[in-house]
Amino acid sequence: MSRGHTALVYEDEPARFGAALAASKLRTGGGASVGPLRRDDDFDPPELPGPEWVRIQPRLSGICGSDLAAVNGQSSRWFEPIISLPFVPGHEVVADHDGTRVLIEPVLGCAARAIEPRCDPCAAGDLGNCERLANGCIEPGLQTGFCESTGGGWSTEMIAHPSQLHEVPAELDDESAVMVEPAACALHGALAAGVSPGESAAVIGAGTMGLAAIAALARWTPPSALLVAAKHGHQRELSLELAGPVPASAVEPSEIVRASRRLTGSMMLGSGAHQRVAGGVDVTIDCVGTAESLRAALAITRPRGRVVVIGMPGVTTVDLTPLWQREISVRGAYTYGTESLGGEQIRTFALAMELVASAGLGRLVSATYPLERATDALVHAATAGSRGATKIAFDTRSKK
Amino acid sequence: MHHGEQFRLEKLPADRSRIIYPPEPLEPIEDPDAAIREALESPIDSEPLRALLHAGMKLTIAFDDISLPLPPMRRPDIRQRVIEAVLDLAAEAGVDDVHLIAALALHRRMTEDELRHAVGDRVYDALAPRGQLYNHDAEDPDALVVLGETRHGEEVQISRRAAESDLVVYVNINLVAMDGGWKSTATGLSGYQALRHHHNPATMKKSKSFMDRHSSELHSSNWRQGEVLRNSGVKVFQIETTVNNDIYGDGPMQVLAKREWEWNLADRATFMAARAGLDRMSPPARRKVMHGWRAPYGLTSVQAGEVEAVHEVTTENVYRQQLVEVEGQTDVVLFGLPYISPYNVDSIMNPILVHCLGLGYFFNMYRGKPLVREGGVVIMSHPTAPEFNPVHHPSYIDFFEEVLVETTDPVEMEQRFEKRYADDEWYRHLYRTGNAYHGVHPFYMWYWGAHALDHVGGVIVVGGDPGTVRRLGYRPATTMADALEMASDVVGPRPSITYFKNPPLMMADVK
Ligand SMILES: [Zn+2]
Ligand SMILES: [Zn+2]
Repeated sequence: MSRGHTALVYEDEPARFGAALAASKLRTGGGASVGPLRRDDDFDPPELPGPEWVRIQPRLSGICGSDLAAVNGQSSRWFEPIISLPFVPGHEVVADHDGTRVLIEPVLGCAARAIEPRCDPCAAGDLGNCERLANGCIEPGLQTGFCESTGGGWSTEMIAHPSQLHEVPAELDDESAVMVEPAACALHGALAAGVSPGESAAVIGAGTMGLAAIAALARWTPPSALLVAAKHGHQRELSLELAGPVPASAVEPSEIVRASRRLTGSMMLGSGAHQRVAGGVDVTIDCVGTAESLRAALAITRPRGRVVVIGMPGVTTVDLTPLWQREISVRGAYTYGTESLGGEQIRTFALAMELVASAGLGRLVSATYPLERATDALVHAATAGSRGATKIAFDTRSKK
Repeated sequence: MHHGEQFRLEKLPADRSRIIYPPEPLEPIEDPDAAIREALESPIDSEPLRALLHAGMKLTIAFDDISLPLPPMRRPDIRQRVIEAVLDLAAEAGVDDVHLIAALALHRRMTEDELRHAVGDRVYDALAPRGQLYNHDAEDPDALVVLGETRHGEEVQISRRAAESDLVVYVNINLVAMDGGWKSTATGLSGYQALRHHHNPATMKKSKSFMDRHSSELHSSNWRQGEVLRNSGVKVFQIETTVNNDIYGDGPMQVLAKREWEWNLADRATFMAARAGLDRMSPPARRKVMHGWRAPYGLTSVQAGEVEAVHEVTTENVYRQQLVEVEGQTDVVLFGLPYISPYNVDSIMNPILVHCLGLGYFFNMYRGKPLVREGGVVIMSHPTAPEFNPVHHPSYIDFFEEVLVETTDPVEMEQRFEKRYADDEWYRHLYRTGNAYHGVHPFYMWYWGAHALDHVGGVIVVGGDPGTVRRLGYRPATTMADALEMASDVVGPRPSITYFKNPPLMMADVK
């Protein structure tokens, strides 16, 4: 067991948890400096829980919205039974394994847990829907990066089950490779939207998820017209670029209701918080997951239309009357597994690698930080949009 | 200097600046009602109105809408005086099939209050309850007819009621030289199908200016449509009126009618107090005060009869009040834009209307050549807030959010966006049932500035919201000094500067 590893460790300390909540109200990302995250420069990587497990050394590891929620003490208590403390965050990981660059598919399903027979979703390849997230040979944890037994990407060493590993094709550089996991989430959501030819779509939010979802729609199920709501100018520009040949317009979030009315040539009803399009787009993908974005999604989606929620909502208050009155279907989209595309079953990760390469999503990695600058990194990630950035990652390559 | 709903006082470099002031108000006609009766009895190139009226006929009286005059007129409105005189004659002749139509083309419908203000309570109460007084509806397919095409292939469309009437009497207020003539009927009582033939960038670029009928392609097109109307048997008896430029009267703003160098201490104090008072008010209160102002105006002429002959005389009367001789063009022209334009009476002057008032109206207030030289700079003073009245200008909001972020080029927006806005069901609904301008109207407002956009080297807005100003394709400046500095970058150092002190309205006759 080699010593001298570094990791950022998320600990179970209620007092610090409270401090993070207070700080996060002051400044987005401000929780980083006082939150339940501690740097350990004398970190012991986890023991291998079974003979198949292997040690890997992270190269790049992204910071995701769910990580920020945890660091800021804003995670839903829903997660309590499916995480185990303390854990090392980091589930968007490109790493070295015996001289080979690998990506990890972080979901900890039946295979990694050595559970036989596998649960129905795992047997069907729908890894994200595993029903045994708290069982088996490792501690509870929905993914690597939320599980005590595995370590995580925000460190110099962690462990993985071979079923989680994908070799990185030579043509993908590290920055591109670290985008594969978030791209897989986004494309899983985009395909869940089931856009048929001739249907219109809206994407709310143009951070990493929104931009990758736009690229996925354009690549596999191009809508007849696409509307994007994005707070920041660079996000609107990237949205239009990634939409490629799809007729697209990108507007500020406050303009989304009027813009979707224009797009669909529909009528408008109500005013203020109750203003909505009488018809609307066929499907809306909400990549934000706040009360505001969900409200907007329900206001711009036509009766019997679909809303797919990719952004993690947490505890949210939303008037669901439109869901009922307009018979809108709302579904979530979490991680990935297997997609059916043109009658074929394909691993989401395989599609994601293709998408990252073809849409050039590596350019969305805006900045990388060493683990020693965790606070700066987390603040940058939390304020990425307003600072013209998209994806922030930790870079541990110099540690080798 | 006008600055939206406020005022600014600016210093200009003394050695190379000139200020062009509007002429003094003309003496008004003392007995307007007598003058109106006289015009109806002895019309130009026409039998007296009395002789054209007979029992059993269909009579339609159309009148200019809320866009005229600016600011609105104190009661009784000239329209009321004229319409009452016409209705008296009609009653004497035993005419009872009379319709009164507000000829608003694609403007917003007038409210009951506004209609009452224009035609008077007596006329309103007599006709409106019986459905004989109403707003023109350019989107009612049953209420419009296409009468044919001009020799240039322009469709001619007009209110069915007007087309089927034995006589159409049109009642104008010719505030500026652009108003009246065949534009009254060919535009005011028409619809998008016909209007698009002259309300477009190509026509606007060829109208130099549209305040000078004989150099205005906009008018040539309307005149061609008028020819088709006449040949189709639509009989028009045109009544045109002109008013003087007494907009401030004895009101709190009367000091603005004076030339600054004539201001005495009391005038300065009055101005300062008025400005401070306005600055202290909340924006809604300020808006209410400004829009509540009703100008005293005096009638300076009334002429009736054959459309074209009448219009020639009217134009002379407008010029008599408004034309100012100006020696040569200028490098930089300054406009202080007020709170009101023809399209925001009792409403908000949104950024698109700022463009229209500055580059559409003020820039075009010339005969001969533009006041500012080719490649020169226009500096406008206005807050240019990104504010819209959602009831009156719904499609303007979309235009601002969708079209202007893509392009400020009139030709490009016409090709890419105009038709969708013109055909949008929602705008159509709001135009027909609410008080909204037609969906296509913001495009027309932008086209109004097409000639200016071709001509000038740059537009700078002083004291405007910077983001909004940039979206309009202009450059924002905080102070007049900054603006003049920025202008020098375009036209060279020490440019000649002309402050064109509109309003009251005037026209530059540039030699
Ligand atoms: Zn994630
Ligand atoms: Zn499972």
